Amino acid sequence: MMSHFALPLPSGTLIVDALDFIVHGRLSTDGTPIGGPGQLWEFGRVHLELAFGALLVASLIAVPLGLVLGHYRKGEVVAIAASNVGRAVPSLALIALFVAFLGTGFLNVGLALVLLAIPPILTGTYVGVAAVDREIVDAARGQGLTEFQIVRQVELPLALASVFGGLRTSAVNVVATATIAPLAGVLTLGDLIISSSVYGDAGRLGGSIVVALLAVLTELGFAAAQRAATPKGLRSSHRSRRRSPAPPVLTSTTTSRSTP
Amino acid sequence: MSTFATGAVLAQGDFYTDRSASGGSCVSANGFCPGWIADNFDQYLVPLRQHALLTITAVAIGFAIAFSLALISERRRWLVGPITQLSGILYTVPTLAAFFLLLPVTGRGFVTAEVALVAYTLLILFRGVRTGLDGVPPETVDAARGVGLTERQLMWQVKLPLALPQIVAALRVASSTTVGLATLAFFAGGGGLGGKIYADLTFKSNVVLAGLLCVLLAAAIEIVLVLVQRRLTPWMRAVQG
Repeated sequence: MMSHFALPLPSGTLIVDALDFIVHGRLSTDGTPIGGPGQLWEFGRVHLELAFGALLVASLIAVPLGLVLGHYRKGEVVAIAASNVGRAVPSLALIALFVAFLGTGFLNVGLALVLLAIPPILTGTYVGVAAVDREIVDAARGQGLTEFQIVRQVELPLALASVFGGLRTSAVNVVATATIAPLAGVLTLGDLIISSSVYGDAGRLGGSIVVALLAVLTELGFAAAQRAATPKGLRSSHRSRRRSPAPPVLTSTTTSRSTP
Repeated sequence: MSTFATGAVLAQGDFYTDRSASGGSCVSANGFCPGWIADNFDQYLVPLRQHALLTITAVAIGFAIAFSLALISERRRWLVGPITQLSGILYTVPTLAAFFLLLPVTGRGFVTAEVALVAYTLLILFRGVRTGLDGVPPETVDAARGVGLTERQLMWQVKLPLALPQIVAALRVASSTTVGLATLAFFAGGGGLGGKIYADLTFKSNVVLAGLLCVLLAAAIEIVLVLVQRRLTPWMRAVQG
């Protein structure tokens, strides 16, 4: 079916076609309008609601949990294993499991995305808090701060860059995975890519361009947030050298990803 | 609500496969059926092999590229930033989008899937090798230079062996990540277990079996990598023991 993409057709034509699909839209074979800013906006809104809704719920669960575990230095195995297991389960399989056992729909897909988003945030928060210098915490305790105040006023600010690192990984993950949500009946931008019989090749390529841009923008946005959240004193470039190198598992989990 | 045509794949009934013929009340009730799995297991072997091939090829090629780039950037430090940023962008683009962005260039099939999968491994592997090399203590490097090692000897006999744990850790992350991403390779015509998942998305036995095979494949590759690392770093065992 795709064989005509091979060289005879100048590939530029398809790209122009795809851009035209994004900017102007067109009529499908049965005469209904497809593509164009209107439909892209509709899909894009669902896409963002799904992805960022899941991210919000995941961070409401994972950040407090990571703070508590990190503060008491308990459950390192849980915090790290969560990431490793999370990485090994393909997101397509995760969504398929939810569809097979719970059925389709916004809530079920959202739940699958929450599950996908928790591990990086949990690990990021845990690692950030556990890496806070014990002497600083002891000093804070000596000043008479309560345990809650220590977490809130000392450990969280110092761990914030790491927390945002986890959020950034999860955000890109869920934005990417929301692309396959149409398989579970939620029409996100991925529908343009998956349902090629409706949108044609131009829609497919156009959808890919929009989804790729969305993911890159998410990454850039969270990277900026992460920089802004890093306390000034920690921003110097040689800090990673100064600290003792993190164990391989810790450093590796921050880049883990198993999403579309 | 919508005035647009949409692809609501489920509504089109694309994946409701008629299973009533394949027998068993468990199957028709869409339960989790060990009997069905035992009977149909052989149908999963070819996709499993494709999946393993997709993953191992992608990680091997990705490692060759990332490793070379890491060695080149050892001498030319200014390259580390641009390489990390570029591979970071490649890493961010969702796989599914990457497949179809490649379509006008490489068409459909194994190659397209491979190019996208390789692109994903680069950031993880490049960072891993660099972290390993950067973690070599300067005193060790000075000592090696002091006893007269050439730069090449220093790299292959001192730095790389010391960086090996980080490199293997990166390979493990890259492998299990790629196993996950390769479930989408069938969209690009690359085969793999994703095709089985997609073919009958609502059948529990199918989804559980295909998902489980993915997880087991990832685990198997990681175990092999750990064994290789142990083999290559006998001194680590001496320290731990």
